[in-house]
Amino acid sequence: MLLLEGVSRRFGNLAAVNGVSLSVEAGSFVGVIGRSGAGKSTLLRLINRLVEPSEGRVSFHGTDVTALQGRALRQWRARSAMIFQQFNLVPRLDVLTNVLIGRLSHHATLPSLFNRFTAAERTMAVESLDRLDLTAHAFQRADTLSGGQQQRVAIARALMQDPAILLADEPIASLDPRNAACVMDSLQSINRESGLTILCNLHTLDAARQYCDRIIGMAKGKIVFDGAPAALTPAATRQIYHVPDGEDLSESITSTIRRPVRQPEIAVATA
Amino acid sequence: MPDTTLAVFERSYAELRRARRARTVLGLLLFVVLFAGSAVIGNFNPATLVEGAPKLGEYVGRTLPKVRWDHLIEDLAYWFYGLPKWLDLMVETILMAYLATLLGSAGAFMIGFFGSRNLTPATWCYHLARRVSEFFRTVPDLVFALIFVFAFGLGPLPGILAIAVHSLGANGKLFAEANENIDMAPVEGLRALGANWVQTMRFAVVPQILPNYASYVLWRFEINVRTAAVMGFVGAGGIGMELVTAVRSLYYEDISAILILIVLTVSLIDIGCEKLRHALIGREALT
Repeated sequence: MLLLEGVSRRFGNLAAVNGVSLSVEAGSFVGVIGRSGAGKSTLLRLINRLVEPSEGRVSFHGTDVTALQGRALRQWRARSAMIFQQFNLVPRLDVLTNVLIGRLSHHATLPSLFNRFTAAERTMAVESLDRLDLTAHAFQRADTLSGGQQQRVAIARALMQDPAILLADEPIASLDPRNAACVMDSLQSINRESGLTILCNLHTLDAARQYCDRIIGMAKGKIVFDGAPAALTPAATRQIYHVPDGEDLSESITSTIRRPVRQPEIAVATA
Repeated sequence: MPDTTLAVFERSYAELRRARRARTVLGLLLFVVLFAGSAVIGNFNPATLVEGAPKLGEYVGRTLPKVRWDHLIEDLAYWFYGLPKWLDLMVETILMAYLATLLGSAGAFMIGFFGSRNLTPATWCYHLARRVSEFFRTVPDLVFALIFVFAFGLGPLPGILAIAVHSLGANGKLFAEANENIDMAPVEGLRALGANWVQTMRFAVVPQILPNYASYVLWRFEINVRTAAVMGFVGAGGIGMELVTAVRSLYYEDISAILILIVLTVSLIDIGCEKLRHALIGREALT
């Protein structure tokens, strides 16, 4: 179980994340929604310590993550795999190497520099590539792939880390609707089949409703909603997206995933 | 649009123009003062120039031997009597440059990661790396060569070291600046998966900057061949030693022969390196 207790992060005068407390059950698929600048990305980076907290505590199964240093911190980062809006692959390396890199934290520094990985690791890489339907592209350079494919490579790399939790920072914000659905489907099947906990930032409502079993709404660094997708009422949505009372919130402006079958249902939900 | 808006716009536009004109005038003034000042201090006197120019031709003329068409082979053989020895020295010069480029670039490769703001592990590492490479490239390489000759004796070794140290300083700066222009997304990706600093440099940075580095290293080799050719002036190996001996002993024909050899070699290396560099950049642009 991942536990955040009164976690804040200030950049100068701005509190990007302001006193957030939160617990995430193992095996859940949690969506974090909110406008740009609501603190979603910072929240995720506070968990794997790409951003240091100004105050508060993050712990995982009782281990105080905020106190980790050096090697222990790197091992925690390996266990809390992250995928990014811009994929953050190494563009000039081939797909296979990009995936194998996920094992780096298990290697001693000097030998790892020669880009040698064990046969077991290569098998693992091919398995995770296969799971994401990318085996055919294994020897292509990462920058020759489409955005959706690159994001799936990033997921394959994350799987190589043998993670306990997956932090997904706007994984579909740079993708077209079809690729976005494909990436979210991959995350969902990994969550269901392997029971991997997923904490996923999304700035759109429909994706959150469709894939997450719990939704956290953030506004101005604070949690303003925490509940099941069904509990996300129009009033709650207004609060998350700062829409003044009486003004209509069109779901379409916060939508990335388009599925004709689901569309009417979603429209009803926010009407 | 109301008239007042236009008037305000016109006024601020005129102000901007005035400010720009003032800057231009100031810049010109500064230029003239600097030019006049340096001409006076540097004894840059047109009269001296006119007076001395013919002597230039005279000196060159004196170094050139008589080459007759009907005795071309014999005359050339006489002129370039030292060719075997000079070619040996030319090869030594190129190898000096090669070794120095390798050593200096290897050092610059290491120091470059510390000397770039976005990658350095700590601010003091950044400043140390920048200051060290600054020092290494501001001290003239002939001065380094003199020091190394004093320490290690005459021969190519001090020359190689001097050029290597200078290359480290110059390329250290270039590499660090190339590093500062990389895409940081892969770096974040590597940090997030638990890679340490060295691994992050290896997998997120090196693949991005390698083509740039290759181009800089080739360019440095061109420069280093030229530098290696004069290292002999202070006894630090290469063809320069032979040249300076010829100049001091007034062996005029040797001077011209050696100079022609140096110019030919340096040009060949320049052309070769440039071709290689363009091939590299061209291939990069296509992929």
